[in-house]
Amino acid sequence: MSTEPKSIRQFIRPKTVNHSVFWQIAEDIPPRLNTVLTITSIALPFLIWWAVSSFAQIDAKFLPSPSQVIEAFGRLWNSGELQKDTIASLWRVGVGALFVALFSIPVGILMGSFASIRALLEPIFGLVRYMPAPAFIPLLILYLGIGEEPKIMLIFIGVFFFNSLMVMDTVKFVPKELIESTYILGGNKASALFQVIVPYVIPGILDACRINLAAAWQLVIVSELIAATEGLGRRISVAGRFLRTDEIFVGLIVIGVIGLSFDLFFQAMIRFSCKWASQKR
Amino acid sequence: MYMQINNLYKSFPTRSGELIVLKDINMSIEQGEYICAVGASGSGKSTLLRQIAGLDRPTSGEVRIDGQLITAPGHDRGMIFQHYTLYPWMSVLENAEFGLKLLGVPKKIRREQASYYLSVVGLTSFAQALPKQLSGGMKQRVAIARALASEPKVLLMDEPFGALDIHTKESMHEFMISLWQRTNITIFMITHDVEEAVFLANRIYALGSSPGTVRKEIKIELPERNFAVKRHQIFHDYRDELMELLREHGREATN
Repeated sequence: MSTEPKSIRQFIRPKTVNHSVFWQIAEDIPPRLNTVLTITSIALPFLIWWAVSSFAQIDAKFLPSPSQVIEAFGRLWNSGELQKDTIASLWRVGVGALFVALFSIPVGILMGSFASIRALLEPIFGLVRYMPAPAFIPLLILYLGIGEEPKIMLIFIGVFFFNSLMVMDTVKFVPKELIESTYILGGNKASALFQVIVPYVIPGILDACRINLAAAWQLVIVSELIAATEGLGRRISVAGRFLRTDEIFVGLIVIGVIGLSFDLFFQAMIRFSCKWASQKR
Repeated sequence: MYMQINNLYKSFPTRSGELIVLKDINMSIEQGEYICAVGASGSGKSTLLRQIAGLDRPTSGEVRIDGQLITAPGHDRGMIFQHYTLYPWMSVLENAEFGLKLLGVPKKIRREQASYYLSVVGLTSFAQALPKQLSGGMKQRVAIARALASEPKVLLMDEPFGALDIHTKESMHEFMISLWQRTNITIFMITHDVEEAVFLANRIYALGSSPGTVRKEIKIELPERNFAVKRHQIFHDYRDELMELLREHGREATN
């Protein structure tokens, strides 16, 4: 028997948790503060931009003021170029994302459901995922020319592997008991796959697609470096060549606003179509 | 015999050799019995239930229900898990009729059947609710309705009330007794809770641990099945006997 240890109480230096509204870990903030911070988040950078461009006497070729950018927006809009560029880019993202969804969702579900398919595909997907999609541009031009195909293929290569792996991960979260219950209730593997796994992972899949759509947007701009005649990425690079900084700003802002709208659209879709999954996730 | 487990062994290969989890399990169960298999952790009771459910295959030995050899999961057995297994995107009614849907029962008939069993478990007014709106006890009652709707030959329960608080647990015990008396279904339930087993079962198999074996079979004859019986001397005797059996085995296992 060892002797009774001496009390260690004298060494205890307890920490205290101070109450705070702003700095509270894993707690909500009051709705009003939330609104104020949300507005600040957008308004403050704009305010700084406006202040710097109008008081710091910076060359407009370097930093155009908000009013100059609005003017450039009006110019591009009235000439119809902005609409044409936006539609061209949207079309590429749309087609690319559609192909990605069409292939990556079934592949991801199969990978998540069957360890065999996972063992077969995960190593190669993991490898290709780390190859930057823009690095494929020379090959894509070589194989597919300079039309729309290489641009869409670039988006596909850049997003497909990530999306497949993310869909696979959501499938892995389906509780095993839910699948076993299905067998005991009289279902087979097909019922478990289509009537249990698929509905269970729909919110997760929508969320994966939402996140990867942002990557698709990045790539469309890169893809338009391949001999594009129109598109928002093309607009920016042309504007860069002629030092039309205001038009670069217009391009960037339009891309950002469209991307954010997509994101909000997906979030709303998840909220409305999958009420059962809200909270507790 | 309605349900039979004959010379069942189950072992798992491990790095240090074969690990025997269940050793020579023999049980025979009549129709309409309420059986509890009671054991401490390590008694392999969950493994036993998985063999009966057909989710696992025994290393040797067999399980027969109504003469049929069990080789795969199927709708002739209903199963209630400890963790809630309701489909979260389906309403309570859709959950209750899902088994029948899988079995190809026409919509109108399965809806009537599911509604009937929802009324049996007292959840008719929650038919349109989503599982996340239900309490733990209600979720298990929906799972029971879902299992009963397919009219299984035996209801298997894997520590079904383990995750519930004590008050909900007690009301579920009362519910199970009345369900059993009304439907006359055969129930095979595993639990580590000795009082629960004595209160519910008409026969108990006490399991020993490491490897899991049938230690003793005890017929429970209580004068009545309500909470008052828990103050009866006979209830205490059964409980003490079982506690002693499990304790002895726990000691052997740790030594």
